[in-house]
Amino acid sequence: MMGLYVPGYSPVHRLGAAPKLLALMLAGIGAFFLESLPALAAANLLAVALYAVAGLPLAETTRQLRPVAILLAFIFLFHLLLTEWQSGLSVVLRISALVLLATLVTLTTRLSDMTDTLTAALTPLRRVGVSPARVGLVLTVAVRLVPLLLGELGRVREAQKTRGLERSVVALMVPFLIGALRLSRDMGDAIESRGFDPD
Amino acid sequence: MIELTHVHRRYGAVEVLRDIDLRIAERRVAVIGANGSGKSTFARLLNGLVLPSEGLVTVDGIDTRRQAAAVRRRVGFVFQNPDHQIVFPVVEEDVAFGPKNQKLPKDEVARRVDAILERTGLARLRDRPTHLLSGGEKQMLALAGVLVMEPARLVLDEPLTLLDLRNRRRVAAFLDALAQPLVMVTHDLDMIAGWDRVLVFDEGRVAMDAVPAEAVPFYRELMSR
Repeated sequence: MMGLYVPGYSPVHRLGAAPKLLALMLAGIGAFFLESLPALAAANLLAVALYAVAGLPLAETTRQLRPVAILLAFIFLFHLLLTEWQSGLSVVLRISALVLLATLVTLTTRLSDMTDTLTAALTPLRRVGVSPARVGLVLTVAVRLVPLLLGELGRVREAQKTRGLERSVVALMVPFLIGALRLSRDMGDAIESRGFDPD
Repeated sequence: MIELTHVHRRYGAVEVLRDIDLRIAERRVAVIGANGSGKSTFARLLNGLVLPSEGLVTVDGIDTRRQAAAVRRRVGFVFQNPDHQIVFPVVEEDVAFGPKNQKLPKDEVARRVDAILERTGLARLRDRPTHLLSGGEKQMLALAGVLVMEPARLVLDEPLTLLDLRNRRRVAAFLDALAQPLVMVTHDLDMIAGWDRVLVFDEGRVAMDAVPAEAVPFYRELMSR
């Protein structure tokens, strides 16, 4: 689920969030300069090897690629029909390498370390009115809200199913949105109570 | 001491609290009342999350309207639903959120986090994703996230309501043992039997302010009307 942190003591885990995020950014840029299929395949193999170094099971690699597999299949099919298979494979390998690397970073880096790094990196933007702490908090809360909102949606869906209203978008969305608003109000209060200072 | 002087709180045209005038110096104060009687709004007034529409609220002499942040540093607040209070997706990170906001040095944050995880029995779960905790563990984590900031007082808004009996007893025993003065909104009348003072809320007013032996029978009678 969203590549949440998996605790560990591997060299990949011990590497700081800043070098990992920087490496990911450079890999993202570099991937667009790689053209040859063997080089792109090697990038994927390297990413898989890093999962092994991080002590993450191979199944984790395939699990992370599963959500984007359909998208990758569509892209490949599109190229197969309109251009040529080599071009399609090149795009697919490029995206899969980046997805694997990005997920590896989130699986081996605590969210608080990532937000601390992001907050520090955004500090120069204070001059133009950006609050780095606020941006970091938005990232944190977004990750935290995903399981909470999915849980809320599941509860509402079950309740409406018992009333025979599972096909009604209004019956589903109105209570869900009310619950989500209540959750965001309370979480805002909790964050304030726990001394968060956006400045 | 917490002081409320002729406090009113309105949301639009609806008056939720009416002329609340109280001094709270006791160690254990319970707030009981029907749903919608104004208990939660009252609790939120005590740490500056809600400001009075009229009147004055002070905590140890600090005005919530003028220095809400200073009041919040003194008064820790625990919500009914711990899911609404947990901000980070991993236990240890969530506990560290408050002390980091207090801009404490790294080693002091680590020391406090270790100590509170040990005290709340969460040390073995420090790397656990927060959404995988049980209800009781989540409530203990919510408490840990507040206590790690070492507040002078605690305000709790129905912290036991969503818990099963075993977890309710466990959290209640933990709360009983706390050194800080507590103000707790609750429906658990057994737990508050030995408390110093009970405020019974009814339609936005304090209908009874007494020791449990007087306030609880009054509340039972009020609810049977």
